[in-house]
Amino acid sequence: MKEIKVLGSGCAKCIKTAEFIQSVAIECGIPINVVKETSAEAIMNYGVMSTPAVVVDNILMHSGSIPDRKKVEGWLK
Amino acid sequence: MLTFFTELADWLAFTLFGLAPHSKLGDAVHFFIEDTTKIFFLLVVMIYFIALIRASLNIERVRDYLAGKNRFIGYIMGSIFGAITPFCSCSSIPVFLGFTSGGIPVGITMSFLLTSPLINEVAVLLLLSLVGWEITLIYVLVGLAVGIMGGMFLDLIHAEKLLQPFALKAYQSAKPTVSKDTSRSTLPFRDRHEFAKQELLDILSRVWKWVFIGVGLGAALHGFLPISWVETNLGSGQWWSVPSAVLLGIPLYSNATGVIPVMESLITKGLPIGTTLAFCMSTVAASFPEFILLKQVMTWRLLATILALLLTSFTVVGWTLNAINYN
Repeated sequence: MKEIKVLGSGCAKCIKTAEFIQSVAIECGIPINVVKETSAEAIMNYGVMSTPAVVVDNILMHSGSIPDRKKVEGWLK
Repeated sequence: MLTFFTELADWLAFTLFGLAPHSKLGDAVHFFIEDTTKIFFLLVVMIYFIALIRASLNIERVRDYLAGKNRFIGYIMGSIFGAITPFCSCSSIPVFLGFTSGGIPVGITMSFLLTSPLINEVAVLLLLSLVGWEITLIYVLVGLAVGIMGGMFLDLIHAEKLLQPFALKAYQSAKPTVSKDTSRSTLPFRDRHEFAKQELLDILSRVWKWVFIGVGLGAALHGFLPISWVETNLGSGQWWSVPSAVLLGIPLYSNATGVIPVMESLITKGLPIGTTLAFCMSTVAASFPEFILLKQVMTWRLLATILALLLTSFTVVGWTLNAINYN
């Protein structure tokens, strides 16, 4: 099962991003584990400066906005 | 061109709603309609066009640029970038840590973060259309100066020692960052348009309520606050009025979009420019929610220092401007 981390200090967009990824995964019937990472130190260690950012299986894939559907589907495959 | 909005407000307030011109309510409603329509029109047009131009500027580039600079230029550029980089206060922590772990001195990072809420394209635009270019220029210069000098001061007192331990460690073990992102300067128009559209929706969804609150408050002051009261009690820039205005601004929290219509109203009521500016900048820059966020990377002592620094500078700016105005 893929582990997807949404990095962000709890802003509205970060919550939306997590919900969006979860909903796409449910639509595609792919089980994933979405967690939110809000710790400033952890976000720094990924080298992220603009949130929300998305980490898939420990690799930083995206940062600075709510990702679009195509991108999210790409990560799930 | 902007007189269209005055005419629209004339027609709506006095003809359609049948309010009497120069009555308190009529004045307030007129102010509200004129300012909200004008502000939303300007916001939509200007955010879009500025975003088209700015599409290739992102925070990573700013960091790479600042990382290699000598200190003195660093403060100035940090402050200028703070003014022009699109940036939401919810990113201030990642940005702070990103800069710090890239080896940028805390003072330069704070020049960026202090100027950022004070000056942005929306604020400048609103100032220009509501209070004229002279006050706009003063506002921008003061905002930059506060950022630059605040940053210098923080490095002078070695503010990095007052960071949270993990942030200090990241600063001390910083390696020069290598830029991976060089592709965005030659963006095709389609991408720029897409970015600008996103940016427009994003900023509008964030500021629309502040426009209503700010203009609403401005309209209420405009219609109901008697000029004579302001003139007698605050009009000659009494010395205590500036620090009081600054203190009053701390619990009040607004962004620049919300506070500028209030500024317009206060100035036309005869409040001295120094007092007005001190109040507005304190409302925008010294806010509790922002400070609580910064607690994650700073100790209380550093936070208190920064707050004191801001309050002192706004007070000094207010006094100076009032003194220039009355001598």
